[in-house]
Amino acid sequence: MEVFRPSTLDEALRLRAEHPQARPIQGGTDVMVELTFGDARPEALLDLSELAELRGFAEEDGLLRLGAGLTYTEAMQTPLASRLPALAEASRTVGSPQIRNRGTIGGNLGTASPAGDALPPLLAERAEVELASARGTRTMPLAEFLLGVKRTALAPGELVTAVRVRPCEGPQTFAKVGQRNAMVIAICSLAVVVDAEAGEVRAAFGSSAVTARCVVVPLAEAAELPERVVEAASPIDDVRATAAYRRHALRVLAARTLERCLRT
Amino acid sequence: MLAHVRIDLTVNGERREGVLRGGESLLTFLRDTLELPGSKNACEQGECGSCSVLLDGTLVCSCLVLAAQAEGHDVVTVEGLARDGALHPVQQAFVDAGAVQCGFCTPGLVVAVVDLLERMPHPSDDQIREALSGNLCRCTGYAKIFDAVRLAAGRA
Repeated sequence: MEVFRPSTLDEALRLRAEHPQARPIQGGTDVMVELTFGDARPEALLDLSELAELRGFAEEDGLLRLGAGLTYTEAMQTPLASRLPALAEASRTVGSPQIRNRGTIGGNLGTASPAGDALPPLLAERAEVELASARGTRTMPLAEFLLGVKRTALAPGELVTAVRVRPCEGPQTFAKVGQRNAMVIAICSLAVVVDAEAGEVRAAFGSSAVTARCVVVPLAEAAELPERVVEAASPIDDVRATAAYRRHALRVLAARTLERCLRT
Repeated sequence: MLAHVRIDLTVNGERREGVLRGGESLLTFLRDTLELPGSKNACEQGECGSCSVLLDGTLVCSCLVLAAQAEGHDVVTVEGLARDGALHPVQQAFVDAGAVQCGFCTPGLVVAVVDLLERMPHPSDDQIREALSGNLCRCTGYAKIFDAVRLAAGRA
């Protein structure tokens, strides 16, 4: 198995075009498990961990650009945590400190698991995904990028390079149900954003449909949010919980997070 | 940028090099090629923390790091904590508190506690619990491990 280790984004995009079979790897928290257990046998790996272009975040005119290599640990720290509190809360529920130090926002998007913890807060913030290839750069709403279980709109030759988000001023929060507080894949999760300027409340949930999904209700009808979330969900029975339990838990999480956001 | 077969890195302050098997983890490279068996191989999926090492000073599960990614970087394993024949204060605190039963989880816990106390010299019990949430001990409870952390923090 070959490992390509580009040191610049341009070099990475050229390698991506020349070696379409090479699997991108960043923090490795998903990819390494697949390699070690033989679930994936790519001919080659494209290591993105040396690319300075993917690190950290920047803000320009209120638009945040989170590099694809931003770790969960970084998303939990100020000042980013005060700009995107729901993402910070969600990041804190990911795995363990070891996993959060290594796992990245870009990797969560690339893996596109319905349980990806970063996805509900970013969906509720109407985030856009930045995709780069040797042909250029395009952006698309995260909601359009997520196509299904581990399926995305990433085109051949493309890499996820960043997430762009313009944080709302209103309150927001995140909640997750799992068997314990650490090291769990979400049974279900939910992020709520109160967008006073747009006059709406947005809730996005995870682990209850083929992708994380977002629901929008007018602020005046916020009380209907829990029911609307349950209507939008299509959970399944699996090893972690039943569909009926997930519907119940989503309703509770929606009511609870809404109360946290609106009670002040 | 070339495909790597041989890597060069710093481990416990020494320049080391070795030949990689395709797609192998930093954990197996440390254990099998560099013959540093202190980092333990248990779950190989980041669930148990027994393979914890410091990569450029950051706590990671070495089973989730592609060995090739460590090329040119700095790794500290549990073998690199003792100085001049004396145990690291965290190791000594584990001995003194009797925070070891079978010992399999101990190297990972020691590395995680070294990381915790560097970031947070006097952690609360909740902070200890969160910091060690990725390190599993299956012999017993965590009471003596908590004692060891408090002991090490108190001596600093």
